[in-house]
Amino acid sequence: MSTLILTVATVTATQAHGGETAGLPQLDMSTWPSQLFWLTVTFGALFALMATHFLPRIGGMIEERRDRIADDLDQAAEFKGQAEDAQNAYEKELANARGKAQAIASDTRAGVGAEINTLHAEMEKTLNADIDAAEKQITAMKSNAAQAVREAAIDTTQAIVQALLDEAPSRDAATAAVDAVKI
Amino acid sequence: MMEYGVSNFKAAGPMEQFEVTRIVPLSFGDLDVSFTNSAMWMVIGVSATLLFFLFATRGRALIPGRSQSIAEVLYEFVFDLVRDTIGPEGRKFFPYVFSLFIFILVANFFGLIPSLPGMPHALHTFTTTSHLIVTLALAMLTIAIVVVYGFYKNGFGFLKLFAPSGLPLWLMPLLVPIEVISFLSRPISLAVRLFANMFAGHIILKLFAGFVISLIGAGGFISLLGIAPFLGAVAVTMLEFLVAALQAYVFAILTCIYLNDAVHAGDH
Repeated sequence: MSTLILTVATVTATQAHGGETAGLPQLDMSTWPSQLFWLTVTFGALFALMATHFLPRIGGMIEERRDRIADDLDQAAEFKGQAEDAQNAYEKELANARGKAQAIASDTRAGVGAEINTLHAEMEKTLNADIDAAEKQITAMKSNAAQAVREAAIDTTQAIVQALLDEAPSRDAATAAVDAVKI
Repeated sequence: MMEYGVSNFKAAGPMEQFEVTRIVPLSFGDLDVSFTNSAMWMVIGVSATLLFFLFATRGRALIPGRSQSIAEVLYEFVFDLVRDTIGPEGRKFFPYVFSLFIFILVANFFGLIPSLPGMPHALHTFTTTSHLIVTLALAMLTIAIVVVYGFYKNGFGFLKLFAPSGLPLWLMPLLVPIEVISFLSRPISLAVRLFANMFAGHIILKLFAGFVISLIGAGGFISLLGIAPFLGAVAVTMLEFLVAALQAYVFAILTCIYLNDAVHAGDH
């Protein structure tokens, strides 16, 4: 295909210039040294500066960015770890606090219960003592009253007999008589 | 021919754009190394490239700006190309492949800049890669690197390139010459492919443009027909932009493939 292009081009070239120039400018060997010389100079300069300066620079920039991104990701992971640790610590602390609170609550509850029981028992004892005392008093009062009634009955008996017979019976007789009457 | 404004421009022949003109005559002894329009466009292309890279890398910004992004995209594009084709050993060839790619790309693109009408020929746009001697020199440089590095790295194992393993012995006399011929034709095909693409593209462009001038110059109704080659020239220009980039890429990737042979010849 390139041969075809060359042929066509040569024909066109000779036609265009009416055959005044000798064919293709590309095949004019007198220009080759100059082209090769300047190609060497320019391409050499391009290569030298690219290889020593620009490419390492760009490579460095890309590397730097990649490192930076990796660093940032690492740091983010580290921060995430720290956050998770903090979360764990917080939860642990929370659980501890909750346990402590429960312990305090149950201790308090037990303490209060014991106190209540003590107070209860004391109160009961006092009340029982009071009740006992009252009962004793009642019994005493009851026996006193019975005695008094007996005394009164005896006195009354003596008085009635005095009034009826005009003769006062002895105390013993009256007592015996009163005791004989069992209600 | 009617006197028409445009007809004052003489349509240049399609070959004129390839003519090398001396600007500053120079010589090394008998060797003529004059500064020509070709040399000027090489200098323009390389200077523009270097200035661009100087500008693009001045900031070393962590978040790249526009020019730095372009430089980085070019870098990574060629870097990936070299790494994918040659492997990790390809790193040392990266600056060469990158310079080659950029040089050809810029030369091809700058050749598409329209010339200002009425300028002296020496100042017309010139496509340095449309000259076979330039592309051949670049291709020979690549092949020279392949041969030198191939022998340096693999010793005589490099010659295994011409005798693929796993072949029956009786096929060798047939196959080895074929491989040798294919190896020898590499620089030719590499050089001619780029040269012919640039050359043909610019001839077609100039032919279309010449038709436009001729048709308008004819005057009357025929002038209107000039729109057809004009549209053709626009279409070919767009195609040439594609070709310019594509040929630079093809040159670079073939260079990588040949370098890969040099690096891995002994592994066959």
